[in-house]
Parts: sequence; structure tokens; C-alpha cells
Amino acid sequence: MAALSLGFLRGVAASGYRAGLTKSLNRAAGVQILYRKQNNTHLQQQPARQASFFTYHPDKPDIVGENEDVTEMNLFKAINSAMDIALATDETTVLFGEDVGFGGVFRCSVGLQEKYGRDRVFNTPLCEQGIAGFAIGLAVTGSTAIAEIQFADYIFPAFDQLVNEAAKYRYRSGNMFNCGKMTVRTPCGAVGHGALYHSQSPEAYFAHTPGLKVVVPRGPIKAKGLLLACIRAPDPCIFFEPKVLYRAAVDMVPNRDYTLPLGEADVLVEGSDVTLIGWGTQVHVLREVATMAQEQYNISCEVIDLVTILPWDQDTILNSVKKTNRCLIAHEAPITCGFGAELAAKIQKECFLMLEAPVERVCGFDTPFPHVFEPFYLPDKWRCLSALRKLVKY
Amino acid sequence: QVFKMQTLNCMRQLCRGRLFGVPIHRAFSTGTTGIHEINPEGSDRPNFPGSRSSWTEKLEFIQPDIYDGIPVYRVMDIKGKVIVPEQDPKLPESMLVKMYERMTLLNVMDRIMYESQRQGRISFYMTNYGEEGTHIGSAAAITNDDLVFGQYREAGVLMWRGYQLEDFMNQCYGNVADPGKGRQMPVHYGSKSLNFVTISSTLGTQMPQAVGAAYAMKRQGGGNCVICYFGEGTSSEGDCHASFNFAATLECPVLFFCRNNGYAISTPTHEQYRGDGVAARGPSYGIATIRVDGNDVLAVYNVTKAAKEISVTENRPVLIEAMTYRIGHHSTSDDSSAYRSVDEVMHWDTTQHPIARLRTYMTDRGYWDSNKEKAWKESCHKKVMQTFAAAERRAKPNWRLLFTDVYETMPPNLRTQLEEMEAHVKEYEDYYPTANFSQEPVDLS
Repeated sequence: MAALSLGFLRGVAASGYRAGLTKSLNRAAGVQILYRKQNNTHLQQQPARQASFFTYHPDKPDIVGENEDVTEMNLFKAINSAMDIALATDETTVLFGEDVGFGGVFRCSVGLQEKYGRDRVFNTPLCEQGIAGFAIGLAVTGSTAIAEIQFADYIFPAFDQLVNEAAKYRYRSGNMFNCGKMTVRTPCGAVGHGALYHSQSPEAYFAHTPGLKVVVPRGPIKAKGLLLACIRAPDPCIFFEPKVLYRAAVDMVPNRDYTLPLGEADVLVEGSDVTLIGWGTQVHVLREVATMAQEQYNISCEVIDLVTILPWDQDTILNSVKKTNRCLIAHEAPITCGFGAELAAKIQKECFLMLEAPVERVCGFDTPFPHVFEPFYLPDKWRCLSALRKLVKY
Repeated sequence: QVFKMQTLNCMRQLCRGRLFGVPIHRAFSTGTTGIHEINPEGSDRPNFPGSRSSWTEKLEFIQPDIYDGIPVYRVMDIKGKVIVPEQDPKLPESMLVKMYERMTLLNVMDRIMYESQRQGRISFYMTNYGEEGTHIGSAAAITNDDLVFGQYREAGVLMWRGYQLEDFMNQCYGNVADPGKGRQMPVHYGSKSLNFVTISSTLGTQMPQAVGAAYAMKRQGGGNCVICYFGEGTSSEGDCHASFNFAATLECPVLFFCRNNGYAISTPTHEQYRGDGVAARGPSYGIATIRVDGNDVLAVYNVTKAAKEISVTENRPVLIEAMTYRIGHHSTSDDSSAYRSVDEVMHWDTTQHPIARLRTYMTDRGYWDSNKEKAWKESCHKKVMQTFAAAERRAKPNWRLLFTDVYETMPPNLRTQLEEMEAHVKEYEDYYPTANFSQEPVDLS
């Protein structure tokens, strides 16, 4: 089902790789550049690299020690490093999906087949429901399965296997059987020109499914530690990789084997006036919004990366909103029944007496994800800033 | 032309170099290296990477009815007489008696459970009438180390492996002794110790899972296979296609066992497919395939035994299509007289039944007689009734088990919900059937 569209982006990704291209971010921003050409004055005020809808903030969490052995890695290399470690440390681990054998259309599995053999890193037929079911079967026998769905947009054929099977395996069998050793990795989110079927953020569909863990990293250091945690977690995990970060996001990533906790949100910037909540790429948009709000309007924002969509970290979120008394949630996915709705409802219930304004959501619109209109669709920093100002004035 | 050939040769060498640089584990390969062979110069054969074939200048469509259908393998005729003596597996008397006893015990259990549902004592049931031979014949041909993925009409496989009447009944009642903790509908059995993966209602989902499990077993190297049962209706699901194709390309030791009983609920097979059943699809996926008389337990035994041999020695899948007939209703929620005639059902029940056929075979050899039959039926009936009554008396599990096993450990939001419900049930206790549920403490981690 994915054939036509796979060809489309595969071409982009693979040719970029061959040319040693490191600027797919600029490609990603192609649409935005077109838009700016019609606003010359605006363009002149902006450095060219800000033409994209976000600016990556390199990460340096506490887990990176002073004398840590680190390598500069972008997101796809960090994913590769995590899978390399997973394959090296657990002989039952296998990695498979469409086109993972030659390195993957986003280069995440480069070199792993050569290193670990064709029986551990291999291509499957082009069939997402088969990939998910195959992964469950491996995990049921105690093997560790890392399955790749080429784009999150194509995870829906596997929806039945993930929702009715993977999520319910342990529960329905009274814990006789489980498929906890499976992880599904899949690229998600806006990429500048991905249109309807290379841009989606389907986390909310899965957030409605007890039994699954759903995780979205914001950068390479987090991606490596969280992916290893997902692979080793005793529950089936879906790991959404914001594809626009594959090349654009670069951190100094520890070379060692490390995991980061699932179910814990990160307070990235402390603040006192408003809590801003996002995940994946949107975290970087919100960080920029926080800086702009501070510099231009003297608003102090607390920026939180939710990290794990399911089960989510209620304590960190609620404590922050109890402190700031205002909250703005932003995600790329459409607003209606997006995961922001769940957060807003819970915040409203638990922080009712502390809230000084309604919880605000800045999200994608309730439309399919468009091609040329992407700059008008995304919850970019200007839409977030505008909503933030209204929230503070409320 | 010469330049092109040189380029192609060069590419071929490059490809080979790369591939040969990769350790190819022979144990995991049946000979396909993934290299597209280029024809020698001067050879006039098509060279497309997608197929191996010859040219034709005749415009001719391949018609689906060019042959008479894949034949149905049998050992006995419908009267239970062996047709070709060499095909008789000559199983020892003790084994045949065990096969017969398990088939008939299943039959007696089915009758009593079906009636109990009619009386409203359990919520749901599905019988196995007419298909007992497919279960027992296939289960007897493999070992308990071989992993089973089923659909829901394979209780005889569990019966063969030693699942006790208590186990069946406890699951159907969802009582405190059900290892599934009462969470699923009746007949959704599972057993870790008997390597029978817990049944789920979703049709076909077990099929690609069985392939993944077979891949893992191949890597483990224990010489075991996976057997995956499904009905002919399920074979229309996308997951069936996925599993056939994955099993073939990834070279997995899995036996696909299709119970083709003529109906998927009310849908007859001519509304299910227009090819030669399910078996004809096997070769199109590159799968070794056989069709067998599902009412001939010895034939089912023979093909399953041979199929396992192929799958574990050659690491490839085998498809078995067992032709049979669903004598009972689809389930207790179905009245099959709404879509098929009583005469048709009677025909299969009286002239083709797998139990009757095996009984004749055994009687002819002096392994069974009418006295044994009478005594066995009485003891079955008594045992089933006793077990049934005991299962009915047992309490339901502690209701708090509603919240466990969603994840390996209970996340905070779920613990909060459990505590809220505990407080609620305490306040409104009169409105909940707490007396039917065990109060024994349970592990709520």
C-alpha cells in the first residue's frame, strides 16, 4: 500500500545520503522559503537558517558526565548506535522491516546487517500488518524484536495487530504470554514537504490503547537512551522518531550503553508564568517561544518535554501547572482528540482552583496534513507566541 | 550492447562481492542468496528480476480452471477401510485408543457445554463437531514442544496435549481457577506449559505471529516447528496473505493448518473465494502444499508428520488444507438452519464423521468394541458433569484483577483508578455482585 509514496521520499532520503548531504533541514524548509519570498522585508530580518519551523537546541542532560566518552551524532546515528548496542548485548535481538537491510531509507540501520548477519537484520515483504504480527510472534517466544514501519503514516495497516494483539497479549492471557520484548520504531512528524502521508503524528490513536507504551524523543541523546529503554522494557513500545530531526538534530551522544526512564517528563526550562508542554520537534519550537516571550514580553515560561505519551508523567505536569497557574500545550497532530485534549482535561480536573486561564492548545488543524500549505498548518512559534500572549492577558 | 553487458557483469561482481562479504548462515538459508542471475550471452530467455520464465508468442491467459483441483489425500474410505495398505501409519493400539478417547471426550464435553450455554449457565460456547479428526490427527503427529497458534475451534489439540476438563471448564466459567483470570470470553483457551498460545477473537492475527515465532524457533535451533490453525474464512484476511508471504521469504518452519469446513458463520465458500480453495494459494507463495481429508484422522496424522519433517529440516513453511464440514452451529449465538439445510448437516454427521470412521478402523483391528464404547461414554459423561458442577461452584476471581497485567507493572494512573474503584465499590457494595467474587488477596503489582 505504501509503494508509491515510499518511492517518493526514499528517493529524497537516499540521494541525500549518497551526496553526503547534511542539509535536509533546508529541504525540509523548502516550502517555508517559498513563502518567505513573498515577504521580502520579513526575510531580510531573519537569518537564513531560521527559515525552518524550528531551531534545534542541542541537549545536555545530567546523564552526560564531564569526562564522558561522546561522539557527535545526529538523530539517525544515535538510533543506529542504540540498535547496534541492542544487537550486541542480546543475541536474540533481530531488526527488520522494509528496506532495513541496506541501511534503511533514513540510514538508521546502516552497517548493522554487515555486522550482525542477514538472519538478524533483514528486509521483510512490504506489508505493515505482517511486520507487526511477525514482531509479536518473535516476542512471544522470548526474542527481542525491533520492527521498523517506514513512515508512521503507514502504521495503520498494523493498527489491528498493535491495538488488538500487542497491547492486550499479557492481559488476556492472564500473564501466561506476553510480547513485551517488541518495539516498533517509526519516523513521524512534519518534514517540510511530506504532505498527507509523510508527515503524520499518530500518537493519539495509540494513546487510547491500554497496554502500549508510546515514546517520542526530542533529540539524539534522548533518542538513544529511550530507544534502548523501549527495546528492553517488558511492555510493547511504539517509538516515534521525528524524521525532520534525523539530520538536523546533533548532540554529543555518550558512546556507552545507557537507558533513560520511560514515563518521565523533562523540565527543560524552568519558569513561573506559564507551563508550555510539547514533545518531539515541537519542544524546540516551544523553547524558542519561551525565549521570545521572555525577551519581548518578560513572560517566564516553563518548558516541559512530555517524552512519554503513554503512560504519561502526571506528577511533573501537574506540579508545574500548580506553580505557574497557566498552561499551553502544542502538538503537530490535529487538535480534536489530539493528546493535548487528554492533558488539558486532566490539568483542568487536578488544577481547577489554581488555573488563572483556560488551558490553551496550539495544534495542527482538523484537516489532513497539506503539501504547499504546511507553513500555515503547523503550530509554529508565531501561533504559539500569539496564543501565549492571550493566555497571559486572560 | 557489449558495453551494456560489461557494465552488467561489473555490477554483478560488485553485488556478489558485497553479498559474499556478509556471512550467510547456511542454516538459515534454503539457497536463495538474493542475487539476480544474469543470463549468459546468446540465451534467449526473459531476464526480468521479478520472475523466472520463458517467452511465448501466444496471447493466452492462464485460466484458473485449467486443472481439476488439488486432490484430497486419504488413508481410509468413508467406511473406515484402508485403501492403500502402505499408507496406513499402523499406529500402536495405545495411541489409537488415546486418539479415539480424546476425540470422543471432546465431543461429550461439547454437548454438555453447549447445553449449559442454552440454559444460560455460561455466556458463550463453540463446539467442535465434525472437526475432531483434524485436531487430534495433527496434534498427535507433532510434539508438545512445537508451539501452537490457534483460532478458536481447536480444543482437541489441547485435549490431546493433556489440558484437563477442569481447565476447559474453569476458563468457560471465568472462575478463580482460570489462569486467564476470567478476562476473555469462553473457549479462548491458552496454556503456557502445553505451548498453546492463548486464543484471541480477532481472526487471522495469529498467523503472522506464528511466522515470527517460527523464525525465533529456527534461530534457537531446537528442531521444533510452529503449527498455526485457521479456518477458510480467515484465509481471506490480509493477515493470512502476510503470513504466507513472510513465512516463505523468511524461510520459517511453520505449518499452516487450514480447517476448510465449508462455512464462515453463514458465508459458504463460493462467497469466500473463487480459486481452488486455500491449498491452491500455497504454491503461489512458494509454499509446499497438500490437501487432506479432514475426517480421516490417519490421513491428517500422515500429512502433518511429513509436513513437520519438511519444515524443520528444510526451514520452510508447509500448507495443509484439511477438508471437513462444520456439523454444529457456528457458535451458541448462531442458528445455522437459517442458511443451510438440516439434510446437508445430517449427511455429514451420519456418513462422514471422523469419530465413526476411526471407530470402524479400530473395531476391525480388535482395539475397540461396543462394551468399551458404552463404558467409555458413560465415564466421559460422568466426569464432564462432575467437573462442570465443580467449575460452576467456584467463585469468580478477585475483581481487582481487572487492573493487573495491562502492563508488567501497574502504572500510577491505573493504580489511582483501582483505588477509586475500591472506594466506590465499598460505598455502593449493594449494587455490585461482590459476593460472587473471591476476596482472597491477589498480587496487585
